[in-house]
Amino acid sequence: MDHALTSSSLDEILEQLECAQAFQGLQAASEALRTYYNVGHIVYHWVNSNGEPIGCGTYDRAWIDRYVEKGYLRADPVILGCSQRFQPVDWKLLDWSSKPSRTFQKDAIDHGVGNQGYSIPIRGPNGQFALFTVSHTCDDDEWSKFIEINRKDLLLLAHYFNKKALELEPGRKPDAAQPLSPREIEAMTLLAMGHSRAQAANMLAISENTLRVYIESARHKLGAMNTTHAVARAMARGVIVV
Amino acid sequence: MIRYLYADQLDQFPVLRDSMFRDRADQFRTRLGWEVTVDNDGFEKDEYDTLNPLYVIWEKPDGRHGGSMRLLPTLGRTMVNDHFGHLTDGVRIESPLIWECTRFCLARETSPRTAPSLMLAGGEVMRSFGIDHCVGVFDARMVRIYRMIGASPDVLGTEGTGREAISVGLWNFSAEAEERVVESAGVDPVQSRLWFEQAFGAAKQCEAVQAA
Repeated sequence: MDHALTSSSLDEILEQLECAQAFQGLQAASEALRTYYNVGHIVYHWVNSNGEPIGCGTYDRAWIDRYVEKGYLRADPVILGCSQRFQPVDWKLLDWSSKPSRTFQKDAIDHGVGNQGYSIPIRGPNGQFALFTVSHTCDDDEWSKFIEINRKDLLLLAHYFNKKALELEPGRKPDAAQPLSPREIEAMTLLAMGHSRAQAANMLAISENTLRVYIESARHKLGAMNTTHAVARAMARGVIVV
Repeated sequence: MIRYLYADQLDQFPVLRDSMFRDRADQFRTRLGWEVTVDNDGFEKDEYDTLNPLYVIWEKPDGRHGGSMRLLPTLGRTMVNDHFGHLTDGVRIESPLIWECTRFCLARETSPRTAPSLMLAGGEVMRSFGIDHCVGVFDARMVRIYRMIGASPDVLGTEGTGREAISVGLWNFSAEAEERVVESAGVDPVQSRLWFEQAFGAAKQCEAVQAA
């Protein structure tokens, strides 16, 4: 699962996702991520309050239709295991012991879903519940390594998909972008000036861990994948001036 | 032993559940004098208990609560962001990689292994779920306990003085911090891992493989 050579970078994919004006943008991002990670599938879906799945992803149409037709929502251990939870779940740790679950699993594998999966539940406002999933066909060792390496990026991506999906919901007013607090601006400015974390923490008279958390919350507000990307965005937007 | 239970799983353990909420009343209202709400059953519960948090609980051999803490993602509502923004330099702490840990509670009569086991359990959660930091609210008395078990947080801000002090702190729970906790408390990290796996599935899978 080495990154495909021709694929866009994660930052570019995120940039495109952020600019999306319609659900097709989420679809395009899931396809780009599949290429980027070179995995079987990337799926984002949101089970709304009527129990209807809405979403995007790279599963075959035939599998999605079959899932609905067979009412698999009620047998799917991923839905059962992630609903009301907020920790990411490796599919192999779920309970697949019941007969309906085993039938479902075989059918899913036959339809090319893959034998491995990792799902990240997301809790949105007012009880909103969504899932971001990566699935693939490989052995357990390869899968564990892939998750170990990419877990944090996947957590961030899951959140960005959900943020965009909420934005695109009809009748929803977009959340105002959260401004950075003075402390976050100071921290980002020092990094932009080329200071190390230790130096920046020292200059702000805070611990390095505290600095890390301020940078992390700034990264989140700026919608970036990492610190470098966050600094670049903050400068591009004129949030910090160096 | 350590149990990891979401709020909607607590009813499977009524004795553990009731003793936890009573011990919280005992700690936060009776001993610390915080202005917390205690209901007719003697349970201390707040608005964050209704958000289906994940509780990490030390269960005593008799099935009762020995200590606990409560985890929530910072992307949702948290105590730190709702009530303690003035102690975090005005920074709203929000990230998929940061969780909040609150209501760290110890029963009056519990094994000395309780607090360190809870800290190790916090480390299991962070490592396994990709969480870089936990941010939490705690009282002055806890500072000494955290130091004793080798898991002192970085304090972001404090209000009040002496016994009345309340702080917001951060844990990143590095491998070194974990080693300190293991050494200072004599808690077995293998056992700690096993409790985590029992809760989140890996142990179940091992049994299945052995049975096959």
